Formats: sequence, C-alpha cells, structure tokens
Amino acid sequence: MDATETLTIPLTDQLSEVDFAAGQKIAADHATVGDVTCKNPSMRVKEVDVFYGEKQAIFNVSLDIGSNEVLAMIGPSGCGKTTLLRCLNRMNDTIEGCRVTGQVEMDGQNIYSRKMDPVLLRARVGMVFQKPNPFPKSIFDNVAYGPRIHGLVSHRDELEEIVHTSLSRAGLLDEVKDRLDQPGTGLSGGQQQRLCIARAIAVSPEVILMDEPCSALDPIATAKIEELIDELRYKFSIAIVTHSMQQAARVSQRTAYFHLGYLVEVGPTKDIFTMPKHQLTEEYITGRFG
Amino acid sequence: MTPTERIRQGLARRQRAEKRFRVYGIVAILLGMSFLLLLFGSIIANGYKAFGQTYIELPVYFDPAVIDPQGTRSEDALFRANYWALAKNALYQQFPEATERRQRREVASILSEGSALDLRAMVQENPELIGTTRDIWLIADDDIDMLMKDYIDRTLPESERRLNDRVIAYVDRLIEAGIIERRFNTNFFTAGDSREPEQAGIFGALSGSFFMLLVTLLLSFPIGVGAAVYLEEFAPRNRFIDLIEININNLAAVPSIIFGLLGLAIFINLFGLPRSTAVVGGLVLTLMTLPTIIITSRASIQSVPPSIKEAALGVGASRMQAVFHHVLPIAMPGMLTGTIIGMAQALGESAPLLMIGMVAFIVEPPQGFTDPATALPVQIFLWSDSPERAFTERTSAAIMVLLAFLIAMNATAVYLRKKIAKKL
Repeated sequence: MDATETLTIPLTDQLSEVDFAAGQKIAADHATVGDVTCKNPSMRVKEVDVFYGEKQAIFNVSLDIGSNEVLAMIGPSGCGKTTLLRCLNRMNDTIEGCRVTGQVEMDGQNIYSRKMDPVLLRARVGMVFQKPNPFPKSIFDNVAYGPRIHGLVSHRDELEEIVHTSLSRAGLLDEVKDRLDQPGTGLSGGQQQRLCIARAIAVSPEVILMDEPCSALDPIATAKIEELIDELRYKFSIAIVTHSMQQAARVSQRTAYFHLGYLVEVGPTKDIFTMPKHQLTEEYITGRFG
Repeated sequence: MTPTERIRQGLARRQRAEKRFRVYGIVAILLGMSFLLLLFGSIIANGYKAFGQTYIELPVYFDPAVIDPQGTRSEDALFRANYWALAKNALYQQFPEATERRQRREVASILSEGSALDLRAMVQENPELIGTTRDIWLIADDDIDMLMKDYIDRTLPESERRLNDRVIAYVDRLIEAGIIERRFNTNFFTAGDSREPEQAGIFGALSGSFFMLLVTLLLSFPIGVGAAVYLEEFAPRNRFIDLIEININNLAAVPSIIFGLLGLAIFINLFGLPRSTAVVGGLVLTLMTLPTIIITSRASIQSVPPSIKEAALGVGASRMQAVFHHVLPIAMPGMLTGTIIGMAQALGESAPLLMIGMVAFIVEPPQGFTDPATALPVQIFLWSDSPERAFTERTSAAIMVLLAFLIAMNATAVYLRKKIAKKL
C-alpha cells in the first residue's frame, strides 16, 4: 500500500454510494474534457469499449499515448484504468469473456486487426505488473528471457551486453552484478520490481505499460522506481496506472482521470492537479472519494 | 459484565475443546498406525522365512555313463541327460541301507526335482564337470523345507502329517551329519513361477510388472500431461470441454475390472493383440491411470501462480512458450508426483489383469512386451490360492516385495512434493 493513499479522507459507505451513482450519470452524460490527442503519439486509443461478458467496463474511450512522455491514469478503484492499460498490449486476450471494440492504433495499424500478432505487439509494448513477478530463475535469465525468445542476439557476448545495459538502465546493476546467477525471487520487493522493469526494457519496446508498479513497495523503493520512470521516459513512452495522486503528479507529464469506465478528463498533469475542469476530477483529487 | 470478562469466562471451555480435539486426532492416528503395524507385522511374520530355503550338501558324481553314454558331448545330449538320477544317487549314498524300491522312493522325496535342473545348468555351463565329483548344495523338497522351518508338527500322529516317520528319521540323520541347512533363497528372486514351491520365484512376475509399467508410463505420462496442459491452458471454456472434464473425473472412479473388460473387448478381440501379454496389460493400466495423471497434472498446473505466465506473455512469449518455459517446469514435480501415484496404483492392480488373461500359469519369465506374462499382484493371487503350505509363506514374501516397491514409489512422490513446496 502506498503511503500517500492514507491521505484520502474515507467517507461513509452511504455517501460514497450516492456519489458514485451520481458520478456515473455525470460521467456518462459528458464527453471527455480536455484534449485526448497529442502531437506525435506512439499509440492511439480510438472509441474503445471493453466488455467482461455482459458487463461493460470501458465506455467509448479515446486517448493518445504520447512519445517520450509519461501518461498517468488515475481514478477510483474499478474505474477501468487497468483494463484500458491491458488493452494496449492485448493482455486482456488471456481473460475469458473479455471483448474489445473500437481501435487501438500503433503506427497507424489497429493492434486488434487479424494481421497483428500479439507476440510482436507485446515485444513492442512491454508491461510491468502490479506485483513484482520475476521468473523463478536466475537474475541473468530473467532479463535474458525476452531477447532469447525473440532471437535478438546471436552471441553470448551480445546477450550479456543487453542484460547489463538493461539492468543498468533499471538502476539495479550495481546491486546485483556480483550475483547474476542467483535466483531473481531472492531479491527484495523493490529490487524485484526493478528487475521486472529491466526484463521489460531488455527487448527494447517502444511503449512500457506499468500497472500500479509501486503498490506493493515501501516508500524508499517507490522513490527509486519513480526516479527510474522519470529517466526511462527519454527512451520509451510510458503509461502508468496509479492509485497515488502524488505519484501521478511527480512522474507524469499528462494525466487521464477515469471514472467508472468513462474517461472524464485528460490534460497536462500540472493543470489537472491545479485547476481541474470537471467536477468529478476535482472531487477526486481533493479527496472527496477514492 | 465487560467484554473482557465474558471472553475470559469462555476461554477455559475453548481450551478444553481444543485439547479434546487433539486427543481425538492422536487416537485416530494411533488406531491407523496400529492397523498398519498389524498388517505389516502379520505379513512379515508369515513371509520372512521364505527368504531362506533348505539345501542339502551332497557329493555329486557327474557320471559320464548317465549324462552322455555315447560321449558326444553334444548340446542335445547334455540337455536331455537324466540329471535327476545323479542327484538321487548322491543322496542314496547317505543311506546305504535303503535298497528297496519303496525306501529309495522315500529317500528321493527329500530332494526337489528342481535340483536336477540346477545340475543341468551347471553341466551346460561347464561340461568339464563330467566325470568329476563335487560337493554341491542341492535344493530340498518343499515338505522338507517346511519341516526344517518347524511348520510340520512332529508330535502329530503319523497319518495326519505330510511326512511319515521314516522320512523324518532320514532328515534327522542329515541334520546330524550337518549337511542340511537353510540358505538364502536366491531362487525366489531369479526363478519364474512353478508348481513346486521350492522352485517358484517372483522373477517372472516382476519382469511382467516391469514391462507392463513401462508401457503404462510411456503412454500415460505424455498423454496425461498433454491432455492436462491442453485442457488447462489452451482449451476454450465451453460445454463440450465441461463434458470432457466430467467424464475424466468419472473415469477415475470406474472400478478397475471394467477397464479389464474393455481391454479384453477392444485390444484383444478387436485389435487382435496377443492374450496374457505385458503390452495389453500396459494398455489397460494406461486407461486406468490416465484420469489420475490428468487430474493431478491439472491441479499442479493450476497451482502455478498466474503472474508467472503473465510475465512471460508480457515480454512477448507465445502461449506455448509461456507454458513450456515457465508453467511446466514449475508444475513438473507435481505432475511427476501424480504419475508416480498412478504408477503405484497400476503396480498394485490385479482385477483388470485377470480379465485379459494375465492370470495364466507362466513359468518362463517374459523377455519382451509380447511374451505371455503375469504380474506381481496376480502372482500373489495365484499363490494365495495354492494348497501347498510352502506357498503361504511365499505369498507373504511376494506381498513384502510388492509393498517395498510401493513404499519406494510413494516415498519418491513425497520427496518430489516437498521439493516443489520449497521451490515456490
């Protein structure tokens, strides 16, 4: 649990239910506030609806992921931010009964078209999960797995080169360089998460998706990851889902606020946090509900 | 009364309940253990003597006139020679007074006819023996063996004993001479089945079980694991798959004799595979073992944290790569555990084998998958049905061997399970 989470003021159940019901109506009635597009996007989400069986989780969301910027996706639990994130590399394919309509474009091509192989897509759009999930293998093999299966290297030297660069970019190299053959599961939580980031960047993706990457970490490890995210954006495009508004404010350039499956407001991060235009956004960032 | 006081009041009652429950548990375990001890104890008490067998040391003259009167030394001659006469002659020398036909027959009854087979094997291996005299331990008849093991009560009236007074007197003289003793019963581990208990061994049954389990393992492990992986990782969730799932679970509960009937109808009658063979037995046991392996393999795949698979998919592994590189290695110890338990079940199974003719009396140990064979549990069943006293202890001894294999297999399964628990 992130330390900043405790700052939101808990409301009674009854009040928040009223707010949520009202909120859904307000969110459904209004188009997204702010500019969903951006210059030079690396991915474009266009009018996407997502269904889990009968239940609709995302309603008509359009949103650009800009190049070399960090896009933060915030909103109360169950608002669909993780669902949308998982649409971006088709991880939702693995969920039974999940259906996506609309388009998600990368280089002008719909990633949900038949021509797109999810294997290639996921090599271009990496992902870091909520809970650190290193493979029960050595640190080296964790990072080397991606390059190996994609056949990115032909020599052992090249592979070692990639592993070292990736670990160094993830800020982990100095801590583990003497024990690359030790199991990755033996690292601390924060180190494991950085290992997962190293694993993701080892295949040189264009976009990195992060699903609450710090929610299982302590504040110090969180600070390290946030620093890392800030550096990584010069090389990659990053979309991060977070529950912590402080984190969104610290690491992102653009912020998107979701509410019960609707994209309520998008804008430059400093604008969203200083002068939100939409009533729901304002209520959320001032801690009326969360 | 404050809540704390109320809680304190109830504490004693809760502790008593817990103590009572522990006692129940201990009693249950003790009961189970004592039954197990009773079972093992009675089997071992009945069977341990079967690992010893009575032999008589006699100077055997390999008489060229008896073995090979023509002096051809041909294989055929050495095979057909009357080795029984050599053994008998060696024994007659100990009892020079026995000259009458009836006396001689009684003297000869001390030796097993199996000793002739032993002598033949010796001569065939080394024809140089012909013309020499050697001290050789010859195997005694099973009745003499029983007498030596105190299973025959000498105090009973002669008419109620299997051995009459004269034979017992002969044996006593051998005992006095110090040339009759119990030695380790190698025959039991190296011979096939026989009508004569002293010549019967479990090697034939063990080989049959070995070939059968090999067939079962080679078929049921890949098929079972393949089916489990497909059902767990690739199959769409629909009614058809649900139906398959229900049927697999049902198959696990079908009585094994039904599988035997199926094997008889399909493998033997329809496909024309030979009866009483390890290959058919293996196929039938495969059918029986498959549900066990599929069910345990699926459970073991389900226990792999989904985050591992997601991580693999996240860096762009295909579904198959994610499964084979990450899910299967973690699930493998669990799958092996299931397989070993299935194999142990198969090893102990006798009912389906009766249906496909593996209950036949087979002397020659099988050399391959298509030779007539029997299996260890069936051998136990056959021996337990035999009237000779000496087969009673052999039955128990065979059970001990079977139990030893089962314990070894299950111990391996436990070891693997511990290993997987440590890994995660």
